[in-house]
Amino acid sequence: MSDMVLGAPSLRSPSAEFWRRFRRKPVAVASGGVLLVLILAAVAAPWLAPYGPATPDYDNVLAGPSWLHLCGTDTFGRDIFSRVLWGGRISLTVGFVSVALGGLVGVALGLAAGFFGGALGSLIMRVMDVLLAFPGILLAIGVVALLGPGITNVIYAIAVFSVPVFARLVRGSTLALKQTLYVQAARSIGVRAPLLMLRHILPGTLPSVIVYSSLRVGTSILTAAALSFIGLGAPPPSPEWGAMLAEGRSYLGVADQIMLFPGLAIFVTVLAFNLLGDGLRDALDQRLR
Amino acid sequence: MFDYLIRRLAGTIPVLLAVSVLVFLFVHLLPGDPARLVAGPDASLQDIAAVRAEMGLDRSLPVQYLHYLGETARLHLGRSIKTHQTVAELIGERFMPTLLLTVFAMLWSVTVGVAIGVLSGVKRGRWTDQSAMVLAISGVSFPGFWLGLLLIDLFSVRLRWLPTGGYGTWQHFVLPAFTLGVAVAAVMARFTRSAFVEITAEDYVRTARAKGVPERSVVWKHTLRNALIPVITLTGLQFGFLLGGAIVVETVFAWPGLGRLLVDSVAYRDYPVIQAEIMLFSFEFVLINLVVDLLYGLVNPEIRLR
Repeated sequence: MSDMVLGAPSLRSPSAEFWRRFRRKPVAVASGGVLLVLILAAVAAPWLAPYGPATPDYDNVLAGPSWLHLCGTDTFGRDIFSRVLWGGRISLTVGFVSVALGGLVGVALGLAAGFFGGALGSLIMRVMDVLLAFPGILLAIGVVALLGPGITNVIYAIAVFSVPVFARLVRGSTLALKQTLYVQAARSIGVRAPLLMLRHILPGTLPSVIVYSSLRVGTSILTAAALSFIGLGAPPPSPEWGAMLAEGRSYLGVADQIMLFPGLAIFVTVLAFNLLGDGLRDALDQRLR
Repeated sequence: MFDYLIRRLAGTIPVLLAVSVLVFLFVHLLPGDPARLVAGPDASLQDIAAVRAEMGLDRSLPVQYLHYLGETARLHLGRSIKTHQTVAELIGERFMPTLLLTVFAMLWSVTVGVAIGVLSGVKRGRWTDQSAMVLAISGVSFPGFWLGLLLIDLFSVRLRWLPTGGYGTWQHFVLPAFTLGVAVAAVMARFTRSAFVEITAEDYVRTARAKGVPERSVVWKHTLRNALIPVITLTGLQFGFLLGGAIVVETVFAWPGLGRLLVDSVAYRDYPVIQAEIMLFSFEFVLINLVVDLLYGLVNPEIRLR
């Protein structure tokens, strides 16, 4: 059966073909499921969490896991399970918002660079190359040094290093799409540049943008946690996962739960985003199998 | 090749200048009086006046920039607000620990990463490949600072085999170098595998197989040698990213390196040190990219002509 279709154009629409290939990847689909649970848990944290993120329990300070406190408690007797749930709101927000910001700017720059080309295009891409040459965390520290620590500034800091990734990606697909018959046809009947870009080229670049977004959210969450861990992100009372790890550092071997569970939360979240992104990318681009 | 070298060298100059302008503008972009910022919060009025004269803040920005450029080139980087040491001295002390840490991390991670990648490529689709790739994607997703804490907990606090942190003997290197290298090993493994698989699909590999070249020779000579070209590039780039990773790992292990110096100075708002460090790191990345490009040109003649 399958031999017969080899080489023949698929009868399915590209998106149906994409979903068919994606569904065949159990790991990626499972990762998507895990992420859905994590997102729901973060959204429902106020109702799900048995305690508030800052509620102390002075009778159970530095207590190990028990039925009273599922993941144990920290120095102030705060419930670690509740804090991890609340922390998920911060980490996921930082991840999604920073990638959305960086993606927006990056897509606009990449679209402009690919569509107009010329001096403007090369200027944009040179700047992007320079940004891309730096490790994300260094760029982020530079931005934090300028704006000061705090979770909002961390979002900006991390958005900055997503910009070149998207710009490069979108410039590539814009260059390819510019040559397609339907874009040439639209141009020949006098469709103007802005409409040509937004209506005819932009939608074609979106699938790869969405795929890379998944991978970027994972990286962004990891970097945000690292920034908080070194003390340049969310300040200590916050249940941000990296900040919780930093607190747990002083209690190694005494109260391991303080660093164990937030670390696990970061790992599982980032891994799920990476596995999902990998699966999406493979489904989108058959050559990479 | 000489042409290519000159062109590539010339290409780095605008980048370095652009970075230096940004670093120079850094204290000017911050709210407040730059002289007060650079002199620190407990500086006397005389100190501030001295800094103001030294920075030439009464002159125009372009003149100040040229002055800054000249001073930087002569390694006159000012004094730390926190310790009052000269910045050049401070950075000099911290340079070796970071360099050694990154070199050790690089050595083990590239060796192990490439080996795993090749093994995966050869055994494509089998369980060796699949488990290696699960390991690799976990390595990419593993927060380095968490791994560091877990290792300290196990090997230092519980087993008491290795020190919890600090710098001195070879024992101090084991955990930080391992922690720092994990993500790089994982990236190298994934990348080597895909490079290897890509080359396996080439016509000349099929031809070699078809004419009966022994499998061992197909793997080592035809596939691996060609697959290693992009791997070289990535290795160079990873070196730069290790320097970035060192910022976090040095904090975990109380390592007296450049990364922790940067973190401490950002937390303390020690602007002269921040400026010098960002300039130094940028210089290193530009240099690494340059070396990578030159190596690439050396390996692949096509590149030189572009």
